[in-house]
Amino acid sequence: MSDLFLVRTPGPYTTVQDAGRFGYLDRGVPPSGALDSFAYRVANLLVGNPGDSAVLEITMVGPVLDVLAEADIALTGADMGMTLNGLAVANWQALRVRQGDVLRIPKARRGCRAYLAVTGGIDVPPVMGSRSTLVRAKLGGLEGRILKKEDVILRGEGVLLSTPRSLPGHWIPDYGPDITLRAIPGPQDDYFTKEMETFFGAIYEVSVETDRMGYRLKGPPIRPDEGRPESIVTEPIMPGNVQVPADGQPIIVLVEQTTGGYMKIATVVTHDIPRVAQAMWGNRIRFEKVSLDEAHTLYREQAERMRKIEEHLS
Amino acid sequence: MSTLYDKPRIRICGDRAIIVEYGAEIDRAVNEKVRAMAALLKRSLPAGVEAVIPAYRSLSLLYNPLATSTDQIAKTVEAREADFRQAEIAKPRVVEIPVCYGGEFGPDLEIVADQNHLTIGEVIAIHTSVDYHIYMIGFAPGFCYLGGLDRRLHTPRRKTPRTKLPAGSVGIAESQTGMYPQDSPGGWQIIGRTPRRLFAPWREEPFLYQAGDRVRFVAIPEETFRQIREMEWQ
Repeated sequence: MSDLFLVRTPGPYTTVQDAGRFGYLDRGVPPSGALDSFAYRVANLLVGNPGDSAVLEITMVGPVLDVLAEADIALTGADMGMTLNGLAVANWQALRVRQGDVLRIPKARRGCRAYLAVTGGIDVPPVMGSRSTLVRAKLGGLEGRILKKEDVILRGEGVLLSTPRSLPGHWIPDYGPDITLRAIPGPQDDYFTKEMETFFGAIYEVSVETDRMGYRLKGPPIRPDEGRPESIVTEPIMPGNVQVPADGQPIIVLVEQTTGGYMKIATVVTHDIPRVAQAMWGNRIRFEKVSLDEAHTLYREQAERMRKIEEHLS
Repeated sequence: MSTLYDKPRIRICGDRAIIVEYGAEIDRAVNEKVRAMAALLKRSLPAGVEAVIPAYRSLSLLYNPLATSTDQIAKTVEAREADFRQAEIAKPRVVEIPVCYGGEFGPDLEIVADQNHLTIGEVIAIHTSVDYHIYMIGFAPGFCYLGGLDRRLHTPRRKTPRTKLPAGSVGIAESQTGMYPQDSPGGWQIIGRTPRRLFAPWREEPFLYQAGDRVRFVAIPEETFRQIREMEWQ
């Protein structure tokens, strides 16, 4: 391992994330991990890392980094107008950086979160099986917190690429402002027989209350059927669950929550969760109803797509 | 009267999880069933199942859609349930949690005593006299939802929540009692503090208990608190 970056400015919410922390969901420890699992995996593949290496997750505004040693890097996800020594460089491709270089990641122009992978992965000690940061519990990552000015970022052992890698354009997702999320009704669809159509017919706006715990939406309120209570006995919640609190404004659950007492009208399919991670305030979200079988078909297609990408980038 | 369903209800929770619901409400018999089924399933995870998460009245099962299906899992759960009657489910573990009550560690102990027309000694005696059932763990790492607080200690939350409660704070809110595993804001009436480290990420076993265990609070003097604290938090 060796020193790789000196953080000149950190950006408002830059954290170390990997594939997530599993095995403690029954002890109140949420999965954490990169919100956009697709961009995260591709970033690692582009620099030749194993699938679960740690990266920097950058939210809306990125850091300015002094490069302290040679490495390959790749930025995926949101287009943030990255520059290397003042020259524009593209996302979704590997890039060689050397000591003395300055890497700037200004701010999101399309999408919301970017992933910076480096040769060997970001090196922080794994905690309970993962390097992911859970700021609320001061767990993992860099001392359990967001990056700050003058942090030194280390990288793990890894081999520099012999040939440059980039992701072909047809695999690069588009992060436009109008988003369709496919969702399966339930687990509490029986509480909303009357409003199910409202939910799947409405256009919701992404509110400013968005973070790694969840995305709050604004739009037509959803009410439970008459005679149904406004909450349920507390139970585990999963990424993609769409909760309906008492005010009727849906919340899409992400990766930093383990339990909740709100009813879930529907659940976003795994394939589309990365799309939530890239949604910005004011973007518009529509939910499209799919069956469990259709969702599993999407899941298999995505696994097949990832396999092809892996093949292409090796 | 138990609210156990005759047949568990399966709820679809997205494309990677199902919820197996055993009853409608918070009920000891239902939760015992959840505990037993969680133990049975964890003993050998059904093919393709990645996690078993027990809650008040249900189990959430996380699965890999490339390796199994909801029908397959439902069948396995049903088959295991048939074993349930014969199976030897281990008795719940009782985990003793030492607590120093009152003083700087329990600034609201007097309020709880006054509001319930009890002496401080009586509050402590009542609070330590019950083995509390851990219905589930969630909300924050190591936070347990405990059942069994004596009616005589039920006390409303504080009007103004505190912005920072130290890790280990033990409190009461309405009919609940519980512990804060980490420093956090909170509106509970704080009656004491445990020196044990309820969540220690670096410890080989980060947690002291799991859902289904019992928590027994044991009153300790300040001197003991300081000794244990020193050992646990070094």
